[in-house]
Amino acid sequence: MSARANILGKLRRSLEGTMPRPDEFNERLVTEPWWYAPEDRIARLRSLMEAVHTEVHPCSSGNWPALVADLLARRNLTNLLCAPGTDHGRELHQHVGATEQRVNLLAYDQPVEAWKEELFWNVDASLTGTLGAIAATGSLVLWPDRQEPRLMSLVPPVHIALLNASEIHDNLYDMMVAQNWAAGLPTNVLLVSGPSKTADIEQVLAYGAHGPRELIVLVLEDA
Amino acid sequence: MSQRIPATELSANFRGRAGEALADGQLSSNFRTAMDSLMQKRANAFPDADEREGLRELGNRIKARSLSKLPDLLEQLEQKLTENGVKVHWAETVEEANTLVHNIIEARKGRQVVKGKSMVSEEMEMNDYLAERGIECLESDMGEYIVQLDGEKPSHIIMPAIHKNARQVSKLFHDKLGEPETEDVNQLIQVGRRTLRQKFMEADVGVSGVNFAIAETGTLLLVENEGNGRMSTTVPPVHIAVTGIEKVVANLRDVVPLVSLLTRSALGQPITTYVNLISGPRQPDELDGPEEVHLVLLDNGRSGAFADAQMRQTLNCIRCGACMNHCPVYTRVGGHTYGEVYPGPIGKIITPHMAGLHNVPDHPSASSLCGACGDVCPVKIPIPELLQRLRQENVKNPEEPQLVKGGGAKFSRKERWIWRSWQMLNTRPGLYRLFLWAATRMRALAPSNVGPWTENHSAPVPARRSLHDLAAAHLDSSGETSS
Repeated sequence: MSARANILGKLRRSLEGTMPRPDEFNERLVTEPWWYAPEDRIARLRSLMEAVHTEVHPCSSGNWPALVADLLARRNLTNLLCAPGTDHGRELHQHVGATEQRVNLLAYDQPVEAWKEELFWNVDASLTGTLGAIAATGSLVLWPDRQEPRLMSLVPPVHIALLNASEIHDNLYDMMVAQNWAAGLPTNVLLVSGPSKTADIEQVLAYGAHGPRELIVLVLEDA
Repeated sequence: MSQRIPATELSANFRGRAGEALADGQLSSNFRTAMDSLMQKRANAFPDADEREGLRELGNRIKARSLSKLPDLLEQLEQKLTENGVKVHWAETVEEANTLVHNIIEARKGRQVVKGKSMVSEEMEMNDYLAERGIECLESDMGEYIVQLDGEKPSHIIMPAIHKNARQVSKLFHDKLGEPETEDVNQLIQVGRRTLRQKFMEADVGVSGVNFAIAETGTLLLVENEGNGRMSTTVPPVHIAVTGIEKVVANLRDVVPLVSLLTRSALGQPITTYVNLISGPRQPDELDGPEEVHLVLLDNGRSGAFADAQMRQTLNCIRCGACMNHCPVYTRVGGHTYGEVYPGPIGKIITPHMAGLHNVPDHPSASSLCGACGDVCPVKIPIPELLQRLRQENVKNPEEPQLVKGGGAKFSRKERWIWRSWQMLNTRPGLYRLFLWAATRMRALAPSNVGPWTENHSAPVPARRSLHDLAAAHLDSSGETSS
């Protein structure tokens, strides 16, 4: 007998004569306490994210590239990982080209194995889009893809995320249902709610454990 | 004064270890501070008691529903994961699980493994197993890394190094890594970050646990704050997730309340920094993520607990650690005293199914039954009730069939005789009165030594007159009669 057959057999024998319990999921409990007026969503998201050391900058679809350049300059960072094939990637490229910023735009356009060393040690920051955000918990939602692979939001010490204000949902449940996540998920879905942190030594909170030390969210209020 | 308590230097039994821990002022102070803070954080995370209780009830029902169709859900999970390109393996014992993991690593000729936090891999003692076979298995959670570096075991399931303070960590990093001493926690964490980044990059295989496995979509959900879990499951070309068979839930929506209960109960956070949902390996059009993803489903006694409808509730556990944070015993004796992978109240009720009750005979009674653990459990496991049940199983006649593995280890004919006599005495009025008459008249003969009781208390001596007598006399003198 295989381990599989033994385990399933034991479990089935223990359930003999019993019925599966009904589905008593109560969606009210995970939605109603977490509903916000549309004008309060950004404020809720912002206060929760700032409480865990995230920088949140309201901006617009016109001025965000300049803000990115400014944020990098203030930190003396030059190497920015940014997907040239995305709309926001093209906008940033145009801005950098037009204004002769000291920003060196890098692309994640080859398998990680081909440039692991460089990704781990030579990239100062990354810029990615988001699928949206969750006001209830102060979380960004990322669905990594070929353009913006999984490690883009993890390895560089600074992660800048673009968020369209219209894509901030009240709570995770409403977002899952609105986008029908249960019908199929991509290989990796991430909720990101701040820079990497740990409290493993004496419960003292320290940021920049293994992932980004800084998370910067640009909220495009007109998008 | 002991600065550290490596597992190898501990006393062989719970009582001995408890005595040592209680005598260690540093240890007690480290735990007291940490547990007070964790209790406060949890309280702050649930400001609305109605909301909290509603969510706990929902959490309980979701887990009960999942367990009521566990074999079907496991098959569905396997089918969905397989469709998604994840290879599913089954193991009845930790030996089988270790062999499976080792074979996967060997097939890739792997020599370096990085591990995200996984209590199931602690059950398996995977690090030791792989080390004996020439494979380095490095813990990457900061707390686990510290504990591993010092040759210890975790003392808390969420905060593995909670028994150490910054000075102790500084000394450890100085001794083992040659780092300059500092008590600045930020600098200590940066040492860990630097060291482990290199390891993430080089690793051949990443190992992780699973917080929830979702049958409907074939998804493994992991929560964490550090990013080491994402590193371990994304950077190396192979990802092996190991988990207990009880972690499966039916629907994606089920994880919404469960994750909220988990992070708020464990750390008082509305959510962890990362919630990582993994539904498959790297696809042909993707540029990163592991080429292979494996899931090892481990039984290790869980199906034994499942066979008993009452003990089955232990499988509700979502490993938040709130029960230990609120336990007056755990706070005083610390995690290592329990001598097993899972300490505290939850450890006391799940360890017997894994290790056998005969190996942890003192665990069920190392509790004041104050009820705090049951009150805070996010999935409403009636821990005090299960501890009482285990106390009964502990003293069952070994000749009877045992419902819990290793039951009957504390059986004593003398104790059974005493309790039976006590029962007889209290259920027969005539006999009881005779006993009262004799006990009050012969009180001078009461033993001065009644075992462990008299180690810390004076021996009980019967009163000159029984309450019964006194009451009767009182009623006579006040002229009333009892009917």
